[in-house]
Amino acid sequence: MARMPVQFRLNGSDRAVFVEPAETLLGTIRRGLGDFAPKFGCGQGTCGVCTVLVDGEPRLGCLTLSVTCEGRSIETASGLADGPTLHPLQAAFMEHFAAQCGFCTPGMLMAAKALLDRNPNPTRVEVVEAIAGNVCRCTGYEPIINAILAAAQQRGVRRA
Amino acid sequence: MARHQGRGMASINYPIGMNLGGDPSQALVHANPDGKFTVALSAIDLGQGMKQVSRQIAAETLGVPIEDVYVDTADSDTGPHDMGSFASRGTHRVGNAVIVAAKEARGVLLEAAAEELEVNADDLVTDGKGNIHVRGAASKSITVKAASQAAQFKQGKTISGRGIFLIPLSTVNPETGEMSPVTAYAHACLVVDLEVCDETGDVKVNKLTSAYELGRALNPKMVEQQLVGGAWMGMSHALYETPEPYYPNPEHGGRDYNEYLMPGPGDIAPHDITVLERPAPDGPFGGKGPGEMCANPVLPAVANAIFNAIGVRIDTLPITPEKILRALKAQGGARPQVRRA
Repeated sequence: MARMPVQFRLNGSDRAVFVEPAETLLGTIRRGLGDFAPKFGCGQGTCGVCTVLVDGEPRLGCLTLSVTCEGRSIETASGLADGPTLHPLQAAFMEHFAAQCGFCTPGMLMAAKALLDRNPNPTRVEVVEAIAGNVCRCTGYEPIINAILAAAQQRGVRRA
Repeated sequence: MARHQGRGMASINYPIGMNLGGDPSQALVHANPDGKFTVALSAIDLGQGMKQVSRQIAAETLGVPIEDVYVDTADSDTGPHDMGSFASRGTHRVGNAVIVAAKEARGVLLEAAAEELEVNADDLVTDGKGNIHVRGAASKSITVKAASQAAQFKQGKTISGRGIFLIPLSTVNPETGEMSPVTAYAHACLVVDLEVCDETGDVKVNKLTSAYELGRALNPKMVEQQLVGGAWMGMSHALYETPEPYYPNPEHGGRDYNEYLMPGPGDIAPHDITVLERPAPDGPFGGKGPGEMCANPVLPAVANAIFNAIGVRIDTLPITPEKILRALKAQGGARPQVRRA
């Protein structure tokens, strides 16, 4: 089948690519555009390591067709840091030892960013709900939950 | 229907490393022309902290800032041989090899500095900040960088060191079977508080309380991280995970990721951890390692707590609601056991 043109913004930059009609957003971002932050885990929407934001909403890159992203704004973990300055979530993940092997981290960060962008002061339960679709094998989740709560608090302090 | 409270505990003596053929680890350390050091290993870091702990041990032994040590674990083709990062052996085995290698490299570094300062190398000390000076005379000094450059560009010396740590293969007494499989054991005790629903067979873990003795905690935050994450994995093995729920019958196993159950962030319980530090005589700076043992005591403690709650002994893993309901049916209902405070 003929490849199709798609244009969207990826971490603030306009990108235009030709994709197969059945190509996933994760495949386009990784293989087509060379952004390897979102990972391929289960490939069936269970593990959450491919989580990216589409117009601010968390989406599973492995289950999203690229052709549905025409004109949308996509964010990945690669776009979080501002030059050498880490995003508050990244800094909090580091401070709270919220990563071991690191494979779930890009997805966790994006799920957390979507939460904090719409709810700057989440409760612990809300944090748990926000990352419930992201599997982590190493940390036992506790350090990740603590990091997200700390990042929210930090942002609150900065705004005040 | 009733939810029954239960408490169970388990203790563990965990061998650090193994002794099936000697269990060696090797390390190579060398200085670069900028006075920074590279540690080459084949023991890899999967996130447990192998690189960080090796870096701390190398910097401490060399007497240089930790920022000036780079640990390269990239490739087992180019690094010296190592049995690997497993069996809780990394900190102990690799750490000891790094100490041997770093000591040799430090010796050459001090000889190079001594030649430049025209003093005896035995009189030199490092300040840990990148300087070498004569003991008691801080002004008579040279930077590690200058000493490294003098060695490499003027004196023709390689500032390097080789290290290996090997526990010789233990012989087995043919009469008694007695042998010494390891030289260091870590210890732990863990208490699980949980509740079991006798209608659904559901188990909810409410609290974990543990004490771990693992030599000196060379990086306390990473030790804590290992213990928190490992306990979650133990809980997962005790109550959730299995590819073959009717083992050895392979039927009804999960067919893909969707059907492989693990506890999520909403299923975790608070974990109160105490780390007891009793430096091990043959450990690097007294370290042994948390490694695998952080998952192990959770399993028997959960099984014991379930017995305490409803009086049934489940001896296959994971302890699923189905197994609990079948056992309750066979027993004729829950028989809560005595609870001690």
